[in-house]
This record gives sequence, C-alpha cells and structure tokens, in this order.
Amino acid sequence: MTFLNYLLSGISLGSIYAIIALGYTMVYGIAKMLNFAHGDVIMVGAYICFFAVSRYHLPPVVGVLAAMAVCTVLGIVVERLAYKPLRAAPSLAVLITAIGVSYFLQNGAQLLWTPNPKVFSSVVGTGRLALFGGQLTVSYVTITTIVSCIVIMIALTWFTGNTKMGKAMRACSEDKGAAQLMGINVNSTISVTFAIGSALAAIAGVLLCSAYPTLVPTTGSMPGIKAFTAAVFGGIGSIPGAFVGGLLLGMIEIFAKAYISTQLSDAVVFAVLIVVLLVKPAGLLGKKVSEKV
Amino acid sequence: MKTKKLTLNKNTRMNFVTYGVVIVAYVILQTMVTTGSISSSLKGMLVPICAYVVMAVSLNLTVGVLGELSLGHAGFMSVGAFTGVTAALALQGVVASGPLRLLIGMAVGAVFAAIAGVLIGIPVLRLKGDYLAIVTLAFGEIIKSLINNLYVGVDGSGLHFSILTNKMAMDEIGRIIINGPMGITTIEKLSTFTAGFLLVMVTLIIVFNLVNSRSGRAFMAIRDNRIAAESVGLNVVKYRLMAFVTSAALAGAAGTLFAMNYSTIIANKFDFNTSILILVFVVLGGLGNMLGSIIAAAALTILPEMLRSLQDYRMLIYAIILILVMLVTNNAQLKSLFSRIIPHKKEAADNE
Repeated sequence: MTFLNYLLSGISLGSIYAIIALGYTMVYGIAKMLNFAHGDVIMVGAYICFFAVSRYHLPPVVGVLAAMAVCTVLGIVVERLAYKPLRAAPSLAVLITAIGVSYFLQNGAQLLWTPNPKVFSSVVGTGRLALFGGQLTVSYVTITTIVSCIVIMIALTWFTGNTKMGKAMRACSEDKGAAQLMGINVNSTISVTFAIGSALAAIAGVLLCSAYPTLVPTTGSMPGIKAFTAAVFGGIGSIPGAFVGGLLLGMIEIFAKAYISTQLSDAVVFAVLIVVLLVKPAGLLGKKVSEKV
Repeated sequence: MKTKKLTLNKNTRMNFVTYGVVIVAYVILQTMVTTGSISSSLKGMLVPICAYVVMAVSLNLTVGVLGELSLGHAGFMSVGAFTGVTAALALQGVVASGPLRLLIGMAVGAVFAAIAGVLIGIPVLRLKGDYLAIVTLAFGEIIKSLINNLYVGVDGSGLHFSILTNKMAMDEIGRIIINGPMGITTIEKLSTFTAGFLLVMVTLIIVFNLVNSRSGRAFMAIRDNRIAAESVGLNVVKYRLMAFVTSAALAGAAGTLFAMNYSTIIANKFDFNTSILILVFVVLGGLGNMLGSIIAAAALTILPEMLRSLQDYRMLIYAIILILVMLVTNNAQLKSLFSRIIPHKKEAADNE
C-alpha cells in the first residue's frame, strides 16, 4: 500500500507540474519564447488566494477565482509591456527580459508581502479519504489536484481543437505570417495565450501551496524550473507532451525520494531527463522536424 | 620602393583595445587600492568582479561565438570551485607558497571543469536549441545536488570521499574539507586582485587566439549555418566540443578564484540564478563581444552595490533597469535613428 501512496502523491505532484508546464508549452508554441517569469506568476496567484481567504475571509472558491483574475491581468500586462515590443528581437533578448520580469515579480512580492513565510491553508481542507478499509488514505488536496489537472487537460484539448480562438492559436504557432494573411489577429491571439497560461499558473499556485503550505516570494521558482523541464521532457510546444512530461516528472521525483535518496531526488530527476533527451532528442511527444536545406 | 605598412585588421585592433581597457582598469584600481582611496565595499568586490568577467567571457565563447544557449555555466564554476579549493587545502603544508597553491587550485579546478565539460558535451552534441539549454540547466542542478551531499576529508593517507552522510574513517590528523550542505568552511583567502587580473588576461589571450584561429572561424561557421559548415567538411562535433570544453575549463578556474576570496563557500551559491546572472552579462554586453561582456559583468556587479542607498527597492530597480535596457537596445525606431546619425552603424544594420 505504501507503493500506492507514493504513486498517488507522485501523480498529484505531477499534476501540478503538468498544469504549470501547460502554460510554458502554450506560450512557447505560439510566441517561441521561454517565459521564465511563469514560475513567479504561480507565486503571485498563491499570494492573492492566501490574502483573499486568510485575511478577508472570503470563501476559497472566490479566492481561487480572484487569483485567476489577477494573474490573467498580470499575464496580459506583462506581455503587452515587456514582450510585445520585442517580437522582432532575437530570442535571447526576450529571454533576458523574461528573467528581468521574474526578478521584478519576486522583488515586488518581497516588498509588498515581506519575505516572511506565510502558512497557506489548503483550499479544500485537510481531510483525508480512507479507502480499502483505511489501508490507503488519500487527502482531498491530492484528489482535487488530480481531478483539476484532468479537467484542465480535457478543456484545453477541446479549446485548441474546436473553438475559433483555439484554431487561431494553432495557426499562429505554425506560421505567424500566414496566419496574419488569413485575417487572424496575431497580437490578440498571443495575449489570449498568455492570459490562459497565467490563469493556469494561478490554479497551479493554489494547488501547490495547498499541498506544500509554505509561501515565500521565491515559492514559484523551483516548481517553475521543474515544470519547464517537464515541458521539454514531453516535447515543448506539445500540449499532451506537457501533460505526460509533468506527470512522469512528478512520479520520478516522488519515487526517487522514496526509494533512492531524499537529498539526491533532484539529481535523479534531471539525470533521467538527460537520458530521455539522449534517446529522444525532441522530447517524448515532440515532433522531430527535419531541416530543409 | 614601397614600404610595407603594418595594418591591423578590425578584429585585432578591437582585441588590443580590450587588453588595453583591462590593463588600464587594473592599473587605476590597483593604484587606488594602494593609496587607500577606494571604498571598502568596492575593494571587496574586485576579485568577484574578475571571476564574473572570466565567467562572462567564457560563456560568451559558447553563447556568442558557438551560438549555443547554456543555462548551466555556474555548474562548471561550482566544479572548479570545489575541486580547486580542495586541492589548495589538501596541499596546505606540502606547498608553502600561497600564490603557488592558488595557481595549482585554479589548474585543478580548470581540469575538473573541463572533464565535466566533456561529460556534458557528449549528450549536448546530439541536441540543439532549447533542448540543449535544458540539458545544461539539468547539469547545473545535478552538480549542485551532488556537491551538497559530498563529504571530502584529508588525512595522512590521502583524500577520503563519502556521499550522502559523513562515513569517512580518518586518522587523528584528518580534517574535513567539503562538509556536505555546509560546503567548505576552512578556506584560506588566497585570491588577490592581481591574481584575478592575471586570470582575466590569460582568459582573454586564450579566447581571442581561439576565436581568431582556424577553429574560431569554424565555430562561427557552425553558428551561422551548421549544415553548410558540415557540407564543407568541418567536423561539427569536434569544434562544438572544443568550444564547450574551453569555456568550461575557464569557468572552472574562475570558480576557484571566486571561492578562494571567501572563508566559506556552499554549493547553493552556484545555482540556476548564478548561471542566469552570467547569461545576462553576456547578452547585455553583446553576443560575441568580449569587451562588452567585461563591461557588463563589472557594471552589473557594482550596480546593486551602488543602489544600496535605495535599500529594499534596489533589486526592484535592478530588474526594471534590466527590462528597460533590453527594450531600448532592441527598439527598431531607436536603431534606425542611430544608424542615421552614425554612418558605419548603418552598414552593420544593413548587413543584419
């Protein structure tokens, strides 16, 4: 039963990574940029939810919605002010700007909310569900996380496949110039992508802090890096890839902690990543694009 | 009969300017140190600045000249710092001269970082673009994780190693050098500004000679068009590995220099943020422009110190300056304005 417990917490952590990785991969697919500030949007989302619930005693649902709303606005504003002027610039310049935004958010949070850790109270309570006559207990947080991830995954797949905006996104990620010629507003499509990615980051922030309740201004950076790794693991730019990559990364991390060594779990995770990339250089589900000469 | 006039090409001239700037800066600062007209905070930053300059120049070789994004340069610095300091500490009592121990430390650091460079270079060569970047990032994290759990001690019979927990069985004269997450706590401060300056000069000589050689032209050919470079018979694997390993070795030496300036050093000092910081120096200074890297590394190391009067706001201001600089330097209108004012820039802009 301990194995099942580890498996469940692995899937739960993996689901959080998957939700963050979805934001990374969507932005990468369409804007071809590594948005290193994504991890810090998670932190902002968690803080907003924390203050809404603990300070103003609003119901948790309202807290989550407020976090999503703030992060969506934040995502759009950052994109407009910092990334949009650099659309024609070399990708490294955009990368450095994203790092600047990341520093800005972290230090802004430090000024606004002080570096003292906040204890985040779980949005779904601390109850546990007992299964198999009490042999296996699952916390509500775990169940909520896994269910949210599956719902988000299904919704995103439907959205990108069936709606007009989703089709516009896929068109832009394939060829921006051609998409523009077909009458697609590329700028607003990119804004919508950032909005969706940031809203997902807010959800991920709330779920992350419900499972690991210490909240500091740098909360988002390590999960951000891990989720970025997950996105590459699955094949960056691919939505199912981010899902698979996130889940696998979470499970590897928990199993490495359980069966190999707690301190070396990060080393194991990244070593597995290197091995996978050696075998499949474009990630698990990434398309191998052959170069035209 | 016409006398042959000595003409220097543009690159050579630029290289001499770079050497000149570094030497002049060293002379001025060293004079200020000896006359005591330098603030103590700036004096304490001279060695870290030299280390960051070497890091920036060596990363510029990978990112600017070879054209591969590396997000794990601090990993090589870490390998160099820990192996180099271990060597310098283990030789305490064997080699009497402090500067010589520092030199041996830097050489050991460079060799081990180069070995790490070969190890990571092999998978890197199969990958490109962002996948390559993520492998370097992963490498940096692995190094951090391993060194955080590494225990090294020295006694009469030589070096002892242990991983995860301290299981070393040492005789009575044994002492711990690397103590897991505590890092190294018994460093002698051997690094001096002069040592830092010499390392910067050596780095520049190596990098400039490499870039202006046959190999350097091969790096740039691979950067600009890998397929074309391969089709004219360049051994892409060999040249990429060469640039990568050179860059790693220099970073290793810089790591030793950096660590020997403090009394304690921990593995978490060389994390992803440090790699990113050095990448910021390189991009801000201009890809492939070594003088730019030097100036950016020095300026951005001093900047947070200059902003100290703003207290809590200083890192916020730093972030805003970083974003604004990127926005301004990549602004199309400003670029065309500059190209109209300065004619030779126009040629450069047209060539892009």
